[in-house]
Amino acid sequence: MPSIAAPPPGCTRPFTRRPFITWKHPQHREEIPTRDDRRMSDSVVIVGGGIAGQAVCEALRDRDPDIEITIVCGETSPPYDRVRLSEILVSGEDPQTLQLRPGEWYADNDVELLLGRWVLAADPVAGRLTLDGGDELAFDALVLATGSQPLMPPIAGIDLPGVHPFRGPEDCEAIRSAAVGGAKHAAVIGGGLLGLEAARGIAAQGCAVTVIHLLDRLMERQLDAGAAALLAPALAGLDIAIQFERNTQWIIGPEHATGLRFQGGDELAADLVVVSVGIRPELKLAREMGVECERGIVVDDAMRTSIPGVWAVGECAQHRGLVYGLVAPIHDQARVAATTLTGDDAAYLGSVPSAKLKVAGIDLVCAGDFAGEYEAVVTDAAAGIYRKLATRHGRVVGTILLGNTRGSEALVAAVRSGEPIDDPLQALADASLAGPADLPDTAQICDCNGVCKGALVAAVTVGGCSTPREVMAVTRAGTGCGSCRPAVIEIVGVATGGLSDEPTYLCPCRKQTREQLAGRIRDDGFQSVSDVAAACGTGRQCGVCKPALAYLVSEVNANRHHEERDARFINDRVHANIQKDGTFSVVPRMYGGVCTPDELRRIADVADKYEVPLVKVTGGQRLDLLGVRKQDLPEIWRDLGMPSGHAYAKAVRTVKTCVGTDFCRFGLGDAIGLGIEMEKLWEGLHTPHKVKSGVSGCPRNCAEATVKDIGCVAVEGGWQVRAGGAAGGNVREADILATVDTRAEALRVATTFLQYYRENADYKERTYDFIPRVGLEHVKEIVLGEQSGAALRERLRIAKAAVKDPWLERDDPYHPRQFSDLDTPDIDPPGPGGEPALVGPPAGGER
Amino acid sequence: MTFACHVDDVPLGEGRVVTLGGHRIAVFRAAGGWYALDAACPHMGGPLADGIVCDRAVICPLHDRRYDLSTGQPLGAGDPVLAHGVQVRGDGVFVEVAALVRVAA
Ligand code: SRM
Ligand SMILES: Cc1cc2nc3c(=O)[nH]c(=O)nc-3n(C[C@H](O)[C@H](O)[C@H](O)COP(=O)(O)OP(=O)(O)OC[C@H]3O[C@@H](n4cnc5c(N)ncnc54)[C@H](O)[C@@H]3O)c2cc1C
Ligand code: SF4
Ligand code: FES
Repeated sequence: MPSIAAPPPGCTRPFTRRPFITWKHPQHREEIPTRDDRRMSDSVVIVGGGIAGQAVCEALRDRDPDIEITIVCGETSPPYDRVRLSEILVSGEDPQTLQLRPGEWYADNDVELLLGRWVLAADPVAGRLTLDGGDELAFDALVLATGSQPLMPPIAGIDLPGVHPFRGPEDCEAIRSAAVGGAKHAAVIGGGLLGLEAARGIAAQGCAVTVIHLLDRLMERQLDAGAAALLAPALAGLDIAIQFERNTQWIIGPEHATGLRFQGGDELAADLVVVSVGIRPELKLAREMGVECERGIVVDDAMRTSIPGVWAVGECAQHRGLVYGLVAPIHDQARVAATTLTGDDAAYLGSVPSAKLKVAGIDLVCAGDFAGEYEAVVTDAAAGIYRKLATRHGRVVGTILLGNTRGSEALVAAVRSGEPIDDPLQALADASLAGPADLPDTAQICDCNGVCKGALVAAVTVGGCSTPREVMAVTRAGTGCGSCRPAVIEIVGVATGGLSDEPTYLCPCRKQTREQLAGRIRDDGFQSVSDVAAACGTGRQCGVCKPALAYLVSEVNANRHHEERDARFINDRVHANIQKDGTFSVVPRMYGGVCTPDELRRIADVADKYEVPLVKVTGGQRLDLLGVRKQDLPEIWRDLGMPSGHAYAKAVRTVKTCVGTDFCRFGLGDAIGLGIEMEKLWEGLHTPHKVKSGVSGCPRNCAEATVKDIGCVAVEGGWQVRAGGAAGGNVREADILATVDTRAEALRVATTFLQYYRENADYKERTYDFIPRVGLEHVKEIVLGEQSGAALRERLRIAKAAVKDPWLERDDPYHPRQFSDLDTPDIDPPGPGGEPALVGPPAGGER
Repeated sequence: MTFACHVDDVPLGEGRVVTLGGHRIAVFRAAGGWYALDAACPHMGGPLADGIVCDRAVICPLHDRRYDLSTGQPLGAGDPVLAHGVQVRGDGVFVEVAALVRVAA
């Protein structure tokens, strides 16, 4: 067994480099020999390849490299992360990306995977089971992980075309294509977690949607009336309508769903209906085998069913009277099942249910039982914030965090461990100040994969991971529903000594932060990098911070600074992007990706005249001339007669657009118009890191605006303005800043954010890191705030007024040799000069 | 000592390439002195003359390797780069190409 880093006690999931070796809980260590010699079963068949089936499979393989494992799964796709279907419904990503393990994993870990096959019957005594088609399979032990089916109420019209459950990729696909493909109005029956996530997915496609709920408040299982009352308006803000106390009697047809008919006679037009009223554990096989079933397959603390040799795990299992519809319990159950199945002792004592609403724009975390004997509540209705801690017999039993989930990890951990508490109000207050960094090592951060803080830290300190992405790959934290990623990033940051606990220094040599230096520049009116260097000693030792200082000086002085090119990266000295061979690339600006035949002709002519090795269409909707010689740059710019595209700079880059209303049959807004307006207004502004934008004319989003630093998407009756998107080294859906009525407002919000980013982000911090760091709510507050917003726009106007097209330096270079080296013959040695004065290198090279 | 360029041929805080006796050499005009290194970064031939210069080091523009301007020693990873002596007479900058010296010797 390879050595692994032992995570701290209480940690439920280990850090391990080889994912299929797990660390065993210390309390069990005595009972559990590392090499298992008390094994009873040689071959295990797992029925069901969902998260549960996969979890059992991995837990088994962890404990025993030899045991034969077969997964039989009715679904045709290899085990995937069902949780993230909500995400896929929004983004339209390929469900392939949900796969829990790449195909080769099963071969590597010799696990037999039978997909698209159903187990019809099984005889535990004979140790044989029958597959559809009649083939038989032998087993020593059987694990039922048959999950559940969506509950479809037996009402008329439930099976009409246009009516879908929300459970599998196929449902996801059907719902999305209906929402995108011209469904006029969608109805989601059921206002629980799942229903709301479905509604968000539909609304995100620009399709009107109404949630139909039986009771008078949403998510009644997780939320008390107070929180629910605040959730509804928040959803309305995302264009999700809600109708309460509606009992759907039938779905109106006849050929295709056209609406809902409610008790009392009211009707609602709906040509897309999603049913999300609950789940029904899949018990067919279990019942057929004679396994004791109630609401689910009854299991004991060892996850054993009523029949020896048969285990049950996941949504199909009923433990101590409870059936969980959540992932977190599955991992605990799977570990216990694998342990007892391989002949050791372990007990599953139940889980505290916790949930996060995966709806971008709404932060909601809840855990445990919200109704305590004592309840502390902090609420700010106006801000949509509701924070509650429920206690019983002096112990934490439940929490609800809506609008502001700060400290959720700590509070949820407290609920899980039933932490004793004397002042709940104080605890709430403390939590709102505490970040993940302040958590105990045992606090579970990733619920989907049951990874605790200690395991993340161990991945860094013992495992030598240095980035959040590495840690996520190794521990699998954040790879489930993803809602814990910010916490993971912060914790890893602290562990690596990078982020939060110690500030990010702009000048590492002199340990000075961007804020400190900006302060000095403002107060002392520094005009240039050398002013700052002289006063603060930055930029001298290693030089790494010089470009950062150059940006800071220019930004604080609204581009009325004294430019010193030696502080700039070569790209910004010659306004082109340096290539591997020392040549440069030239990307002229094409506003919104639109250009004239004449511009195209000039580009072609330049390519011929200067023998440009490669002309390429870039990913930014413009043309790139690659492999240009430095000394040719000024002439090329002159011949092009087009402004710089700043493709080489930390500056406003491209604004990709789609054809929008001009030509597209789906166009809702003038994407090209707004895109060009944005690009012209922002052109030439330098930024902490590159800023790439997109404008789409409708939610089909052909301009990929939802993964841009700043993006606008036309929706029915207005524009959605987003920021913080990424589709490079990592992919992040941009946060919604606002949904506004007019193109002018969209431009205003986007522009205000741009300036906020210019003034507040660290150098080389992309918007997708900036927003999570400072917090979306805070950003919105300032960007959307009347005065704060106006002030930002005014400062942007002033900065922009001093912008010049850098390519005009072709006519007045900052130095005669800005673009040339010394080999040109116009240099002739001076006449016999005076005594040689040795200038450098000075003794010791230091001064 | 070979003439390389005039003092104001190189912008303050930058470098420029000159060919001396067939050698491509980067001449740097740092805040407090003149330096000369082989023009090509030992890593992958990056143009050191295009790098960011500070008091005692230059940063290669391609992959950010750093070299001590006076000795050519890498600050951090990598092989050293050949350093050459520099003199300024009047407004002329003269380089003593180390490699040439060796050839002569
Ligand atoms: C030319 C272009 C590729 C192409 O032929 O299409 C390109 C070329 C380079 N990209 Fe890019 N990127 C280009 C579009 C993109 C896009 C797509 C887009 O902009 O719509 C992305 C994903 C979006 C994004 O920016 O995240 C992209 C993500 C990157 C990244 C990763 C950024 C990240 O944080 O994940 C880098 C590396 C970096 O910035 O540190 C990068 C860096 C680079 C550099 C500048 C590497 C460098 O520093 O030399 C490449 C310069 C090549 C050269 O020799 O000129 N390029 N790059 C595209 C120019 C677009 C334009 O017209 O300005
Ligand atoms: C859209 C969506 C979002 C969700 N979000 C969250 C969330 O944010 N957090 C959270 O904790 N939970 C969430 N859940 C719930 C979570 O996904 C489930 O609890 C979990 O996936 C259940 O896994 P399972 O393996 O037990 O069951 P399933 O995933 O249903 O797997 C059962 C598998 O067994 C197969 N099977 C059944 N019978 C047989 C048979 N006789 N022979 C062969 N194969 C058979 C089925 O085909 C199926 O593939 C979400 C669920 C959905 C649908
Ligand atoms: S995004 Fe633009 S191009 Fe794409 S479909 Fe919508 S309007 Fe048409
Ligand atoms: S070429 Fe200089 S660092 Fe790579």
